Amino acid sequence: MKSSETMDIPRIKEPTPLQETWYHLKKNKGAMTGLGIITMFVLMAIFAPIVSPRDPLAQQISERLTPMFTNGYIFGSDDLGRDMLSRLIYGARISMTIGVVSVGISLFFGIIIGVTSAYYGGTFDKIVMRLIDIMLAFPYILLTIVIVSLLGPSLTNAMVAIGISQVPRYARVVRASVLAEKESDYVLAEKALGAGNFELMFLTILPNCLSPTIVQATLGVGEAILNSAGLSFLGLGAQPPTPEWGLMIASSKQFITNAWWIVTLPGLAILLAVLGFNLFGDGLRDILDPKMRN
Amino acid sequence: MIKHILKRLALLIPTLFGVITLVFLMIALAPGDPARIMLGERANAEQIAQLRAELGLDKPLIQQYGLYLSRVVRLDLGKSIATGQQIAREIADRFPATIELAWYAMIFATVVGMFLGVTSAIRRNTWVDYTTMGGALVGVSMPVFWLGLVLIMVFSVWLNLLPTGGRMNIRYYFTPITNFYVIDGILLWIREGTPKYLWSAIQHLLLPTIALGTIPLAIIARTTRSSMLEVLQQDYIKTARSAGIREKRVIYRYALKNALLPVITVIGLQFGLLLSGAILTETVFSWPGIGRWIYISIGARDYPAVQGGIIFISTFFVLINLAVDILYSVVNPKIRLQ
Amino acid sequence: MAEKKEILLSIQNLSFSFDTQRGVVNAVRDISLDIRKGETLTLVGESGCGKSVTAHAINQLNPMPPGKVDHGKIMFRGTDLLTLKRHEIEKLRGTQISMIFQEPMTALNPVFTVGAQIADVFMTHQHMTKQEAMERTIDLFKLVKIPAPERRVNSYPHQLSGGMRQRAMIAMALASPEPGLMIADEPTTALDVTIQAQILDLLNDLKHKIEMSILLITHDMGVVAEMADRVVVMYAGRKVEEADVFSIFETPRHPYTLGLLNSLPSNTKYKNARRLEAITGTVPDMRTIGAGCPFENRCAYASEKCGQEFPTETVLGESHSVWCHNYHMVKEG
Ligand SMILES: Nc1ncnc2c1ncn2[C@@H]1O[C@H](COP(=O)(O)OP(=O)(O)OP(=O)(O)O)[C@@H](O)[C@H]1O
Ligand SMILES: [Mg+2]
Repeated sequence: MKSSETMDIPRIKEPTPLQETWYHLKKNKGAMTGLGIITMFVLMAIFAPIVSPRDPLAQQISERLTPMFTNGYIFGSDDLGRDMLSRLIYGARISMTIGVVSVGISLFFGIIIGVTSAYYGGTFDKIVMRLIDIMLAFPYILLTIVIVSLLGPSLTNAMVAIGISQVPRYARVVRASVLAEKESDYVLAEKALGAGNFELMFLTILPNCLSPTIVQATLGVGEAILNSAGLSFLGLGAQPPTPEWGLMIASSKQFITNAWWIVTLPGLAILLAVLGFNLFGDGLRDILDPKMRN
Repeated sequence: MIKHILKRLALLIPTLFGVITLVFLMIALAPGDPARIMLGERANAEQIAQLRAELGLDKPLIQQYGLYLSRVVRLDLGKSIATGQQIAREIADRFPATIELAWYAMIFATVVGMFLGVTSAIRRNTWVDYTTMGGALVGVSMPVFWLGLVLIMVFSVWLNLLPTGGRMNIRYYFTPITNFYVIDGILLWIREGTPKYLWSAIQHLLLPTIALGTIPLAIIARTTRSSMLEVLQQDYIKTARSAGIREKRVIYRYALKNALLPVITVIGLQFGLLLSGAILTETVFSWPGIGRWIYISIGARDYPAVQGGIIFISTFFVLINLAVDILYSVVNPKIRLQ
Repeated sequence: MAEKKEILLSIQNLSFSFDTQRGVVNAVRDISLDIRKGETLTLVGESGCGKSVTAHAINQLNPMPPGKVDHGKIMFRGTDLLTLKRHEIEKLRGTQISMIFQEPMTALNPVFTVGAQIADVFMTHQHMTKQEAMERTIDLFKLVKIPAPERRVNSYPHQLSGGMRQRAMIAMALASPEPGLMIADEPTTALDVTIQAQILDLLNDLKHKIEMSILLITHDMGVVAEMADRVVVMYAGRKVEEADVFSIFETPRHPYTLGLLNSLPSNTKYKNARRLEAITGTVPDMRTIGAGCPFENRCAYASEKCGQEFPTETVLGESHSVWCHNYHMVKEG
């Protein structure tokens, strides 16, 4: 054994929470698989115009319902002779956008409501919680349908509807963790130093209770993708000819007898994308939630 | 316990009130003239005026709201624009189909889901566990309507084993008795001596049950597993083992009853969600229930029908949650004996 | 203690480890102990030293995996318990070997009545109807002095006080057809002092009444004084001293035993002994523990040798042994 006096002891840097999370994440196979899948879809979404072999909207009626791996159509063509692969790639763009935007909406309002309600407490908190309970007691699929009906069917409105319908959930998660933090020493210290309410709420407390929110948001992206596909399938989301995955399934229903790929592939794309977010979210939860860690 | 239930009941009223308000706003705030949207472009001014009067659209918003509330409270959901029928009647006609499907889907999901959850908990970190939980994760990541279509494609189109949709072989000229076709099938078997109706009803139920049940199954399996794992670490499990209680009994009686508590909540929630998820499944399987009817009504811009359907399903959802809550407190003596 | 009774249970060189995600925990290392018929052996040591793991190894209650027997035998009435299959050990549990746990709050199943839980033990091992089992349960409740037993059997655990629950636990441990070994894992730690005394009295009383042997786990020297015939002192998975109760209190030879006695508030005898670092230091990490004496880092008597090898047994008397390189210094302490 080396004696420590004669050695220059290298200063051990405390890992930041982010580094630590990453360290655990790297060892979690599920989470890494999820991250891989998400990265693939994000890259596909960003570089859609470059990586997709054809125009996703260009119809080639003469080549309709081309099977997979034929005539240069890797994933075949649909009932209007559009290239499936290109449509799936552009679909990634739409689904990723929906996921991120609708979760963004839920997060934005959920955080504001959750933080203020936990911070101020009292009657305000009681009323907010009661409203949240009521909203949560309402099946959210119907809630999105109501909201879309209100706003009119379109992809944007579907996003908004999904975002709004999930606000109560995020508000509840945020509120619970703010409640746990708000009496901590560092908060009281900041308060003693004269920090204002806004500063305390959003700059002092909030950053310390993001973990459960991040987990919820990751899982939420997957769920939003599923829900928007469902809305589009019902005709309440994306409208033709948008290459939205759910809509692609809806508009090819009648071809299941002779062109299995145009129904199956968009579903697989949804499945894979949602699976990615679920894997990653589950992994994050195991790491960030000490209760679940073993 | 009574106090606990009363508290829940007290929450029920504002919730239903909220639902009705939202659904009311759906028409009132919709952009454009709802009467025109509902009747379509070809309607003439007179028809539109008549519908406006019928729906009370010409009155001020507050008054409309009051009227709507008072009607809904009296269970008067108005008439369907598409068919002219009483909406309450239309719902009553279709409800058995929906509830029958949801019921079997839920039984399927609960039985299989709990079994898989318990199995992977006691075989933790073995391939059984990994496969089951991997499968469950795929299950919760799947769009229901797509699963439905794939099932149809494989079992109806390719293998030609099961029907693609509907509730009963149409060549049977079958007149429903209770409108729950499995029960009807049994009744007819007794009465006419042929099991063909029952058989057909089961065949038609099979695929939609699997499609609708898969997601709740996956969720129940995951919840059961984690709940079981937690319970199996508890001291009282060690106590039971230390007293020589057989392992099977320890797991299926001592542990499972405790693990059931969170699972019951999830089952109830899923059952409620199932009804709204039925919109997708019923559409795929041409299942003549409330879900498909709402879907058709959305397409037909039959707003009163959509409103009625949503109010109905939400009410049902809320009531199921209440029932689950009561069941929860019955299973949990800590609440029951309060 | 005139003549020595026959040995009921004999743990021989038991080593037990847990293979956890963060490394192998050597929870128990090379522990041996004998329990004779009708005798109370106490196992003492501070939290985490491996007392429960040792006790749970007897009736295979440690979770395996991650737990694993690395070495050793546990002989009980002529069979090695460690070689028994699950259904074989299940037959011994609750019949010849029963157990009471530390936390009466959590050791009873919250969704069944206490009566039903105990009756189930009767019905598992003896062919009884539910009614008979319930009657026997009521008898047991009387034996452990639970008031209004007919009513109490129908209570749920959360309706009983801590002391009552512990009595119910004892009743459950007594629901066996023949008296054998009772393992009591800190049966009184969670209770307040008066209740604690009552429970200990009850155990002593029962021991004489039905001639059972008790393996009593505790970290409280007061309990040891009250209950023990013989004492085994454990530290960080190792046995460091073993003696009859008299010798432990009169002539402790291991620095750690001395430390434990020091912590007894009422004990004036050891007031002037050299204060041990035992109070300040912490138990070493069981994963990185080396070959030396685990107490070395906290020991006031430690010498260089202590860090290198674990001492062998030094027999000090007929029933007194110590595992310490410098035990002779403790004598002077
Ligand atoms: N299931 C397990 N997995 C991993 N490590 C375990 C497990 N059970 C016990 N251990 C480890 O074994 C060591 C001994 O634990 P044990 O429960 O025997 O301590 P103890 O002496 O009974 O303490 P206490 O007085 O707190 O009950 C501890 O370091 C503990 O972390
Ligand atoms: Mg212990």
